[in-house]
Amino acid sequence: MPGIVSYGAYVPPTRLGFSVIGGRPPKEGGPERAVAWNDEDAVTMAVAAGANALRGFDRAGVDALFFASTTYPFREKQGAALIAKALDLRRDARTADVSGSLRAGTDALLAAFDAVAAGSARRALVIASDCRLGAPGSAQEQSFGDGAAAFLVGAADAVAQLEGAHAFADEIVDLWRTEGDPFVHSWEERFVVQEGYTPGVTEAVRGLLERIAAEPAAFTKAALYAPDARSHAGAAAALGIARGALVDPLFGKLGNAGTAFAPLLLVGALESATPGDRILLVSYGDGAAALAFSATAHLDKLEPRRGLAWHLARRRAVSTYDKYLKARSLDAKEYGGGRDPGLSATIHFREREEDVALKGQRCNRCGGLQFPLQRVCERCFAKDDFELVRLADRTGKVVTYTFDFFFPTPEPPTIVTITDVDGARVHLQLVDVRPEDVKIGMPVELVFRRIHQVGGRPNYYWKGVPRS
Amino acid sequence: MRKDALRDKVAVTGVGCCRFGENWDQAPSDMIVDAAYQAYADAGIEDPQKQIDAVFTGSIYSNKGPHECSDALKLFGKPVTMVSNYCATGTDAFRCGVMSIAAGLYDTVLVVGYDKPKDRGVSGPSVMMDRVRDLPQTPAGWFALCAATYFAKYGAGREELAKIAVKNHKNGTLAPNSFLKREITVEEALSARMISWPFGLYDCAAQTDGAAAAVITRADLAPKGSVRVKGVAVIAGPNPQKDPENDFLSWKPTGWAAQEVYAQAGITKPFEEIDVAQVHDCFTLTELLTYEDLGFIEKGAAKEHIAAGTFQLGGKLPVNTDGGLKAFGHPTGATGVRMIYENVLQLRGKAGPRQVKDASLALSHNIGGHPTACGIAILGKS
Repeated sequence: MPGIVSYGAYVPPTRLGFSVIGGRPPKEGGPERAVAWNDEDAVTMAVAAGANALRGFDRAGVDALFFASTTYPFREKQGAALIAKALDLRRDARTADVSGSLRAGTDALLAAFDAVAAGSARRALVIASDCRLGAPGSAQEQSFGDGAAAFLVGAADAVAQLEGAHAFADEIVDLWRTEGDPFVHSWEERFVVQEGYTPGVTEAVRGLLERIAAEPAAFTKAALYAPDARSHAGAAAALGIARGALVDPLFGKLGNAGTAFAPLLLVGALESATPGDRILLVSYGDGAAALAFSATAHLDKLEPRRGLAWHLARRRAVSTYDKYLKARSLDAKEYGGGRDPGLSATIHFREREEDVALKGQRCNRCGGLQFPLQRVCERCFAKDDFELVRLADRTGKVVTYTFDFFFPTPEPPTIVTITDVDGARVHLQLVDVRPEDVKIGMPVELVFRRIHQVGGRPNYYWKGVPRS
Repeated sequence: MRKDALRDKVAVTGVGCCRFGENWDQAPSDMIVDAAYQAYADAGIEDPQKQIDAVFTGSIYSNKGPHECSDALKLFGKPVTMVSNYCATGTDAFRCGVMSIAAGLYDTVLVVGYDKPKDRGVSGPSVMMDRVRDLPQTPAGWFALCAATYFAKYGAGREELAKIAVKNHKNGTLAPNSFLKREITVEEALSARMISWPFGLYDCAAQTDGAAAAVITRADLAPKGSVRVKGVAVIAGPNPQKDPENDFLSWKPTGWAAQEVYAQAGITKPFEEIDVAQVHDCFTLTELLTYEDLGFIEKGAAKEHIAAGTFQLGGKLPVNTDGGLKAFGHPTGATGVRMIYENVLQLRGKAGPRQVKDASLALSHNIGGHPTACGIAILGKS
């Protein structure tokens, strides 16, 4: 049976307190949700989670990438292809987007397990990422959270072996979002829970238990999707899952992260698991899916991951609701975007190695690393004699910086640096740091983010964050 | 390079400069005509269509090529060339004119620099984005990149920058064609809204419309006592944002251009020999670095010289006597030629209340791009 070889997660550091949504100042220790900031979206979070899952693993060994999201910003143009480029996966790695339902995260996982079991992929990367919008003032605005989870699936060396799975589809209008509508809608909560959620997860888990011939009490960890805390507790009781086995669903901390929600809880289960643990994963949406895993001895050999706990410990509070509205483009603007023709697609195409994969070049004559790609060496003037070098996984050092107050952003200023990456100089924005903490020489990690929206479409590039 | 190829071969016989400012009611052609006809009158040119052999014009905002200038002045049937080199455009147009005369090709050439940024509906420069990885960035953001490094190494800070702004605002009140005619205090400069740290509003040049012109001619044809060109150089440098060797303590092209132009002019002790300088104060820090990069003073010594008033009117080497880009205004393509205009007035002793006593050697300096190019011209009495 195939299994999970490695995992990673991403949760944006920014937290929106429920008190801030109510127009009050942030309340220390109060309920909150994780929120993708203006330069983050389903793609950037997916790249970060994927990079965390791949840490210590050979990216050239990844044969497929399945990307699950309901909030990928393009209707046409594949997310998995973009993410594969940013993660520098092999060109012939198979890519597919899985979407349309909150069940997409487990659908993608099942597709990866099938591909590995069938032998068409030795290793497959699965990433679920979502940043769903609840309308301002709605219950969803509070209950939703943003995040991503990633799993490297393989036939050998699994830290969690797949024991079995059961999934089914059903037709129900409980949660939906139509073309052109930025907000998720829900039918009356009691209907959703009584006719959709609770019987759905029950059917999936019962089906699974039959397949693997196990009792609910066998599970020592349960990553259970739920729309809210009350239905989570209710479903767990109905399923007969031991209280102690439940992975904290993080309502009031992370929030319901859509397709990534149950996968994120699975990351939480894996990072606290010990060999022998039996883990249940349950997702819901237009039907439901339940998967069973058993943790193996390989868990102890896996280097510490940036999983759920690492990300939850890292937080900064949004100070005002207005900033949140700006960051998610929910504020009223003088001009609506989208009319300008945007950046040249041909320039984007020519520069995708630099911009998406963050590749610089090493001069074969003088050995110097430089960025961006150029025909003639900056140092020794050798011509066309370079090898591509990925800079994204390296640590840079701030050479100099400025704080630009001129460019509109939800929280001015924009921190602009020149950052040295092993000798290559990169003109780089710094994020997730306060201006007063920026220092010459400080080490930075490189993260894939939205750089701007010229042309009314997201344009992605890399930014720096302080090294953790 | 033949370092004596240019020296004293060319004279500046006429200069003109329109009023710099937000010239809402003037088209580029109106400003070009104002500046060129002033220069004609100054040079005693009565029939420009016959007496001007060639035109070199510079602008970075115009997309009409040299025709905008030739059509405004109705200078047809002769070569008209458009030069574009970011903020060094004006000095580069001047250099092309000087070279063409020194080469023996023409007797009399008109140089026109102009720009019309105030037709774009934005205050300040555009935020430029051509490619995906171009950051939301502005010239203030580019030129501020030397601040953190320089401040850390040499102990200067925003106070020194503010003093440069105060000086240039004061000088600007003394120049009839300047845009800003208001003195400011150090406190005002320090408390103004931040543009890109450490640059507050008053650390930034005033972007304006404007045009300036010069008539240059073969030295042997010029009236006795005309101002002579001692040297002019334009040097390209690497983009400091990707240059792997940049230390962000100076802008490389200035030092390189200074070396070449001093060799042309035979200058060995610039601080002693040069009497007045117009330098590219697009931002106050650019002026500060330029004091050092031109070799006027040692690297790191700007702080003490600013405190001592070295570069003020009445100081040892007055800089930006007409208010500079800061107060006179900065129509990009015009700026280098405006500096020629000011230096010619200084060398003739006709600069009025801002006259530097007995000025006989004057330098003008442009730096442009990220910055990626520098132009320097040195004029002197014949």
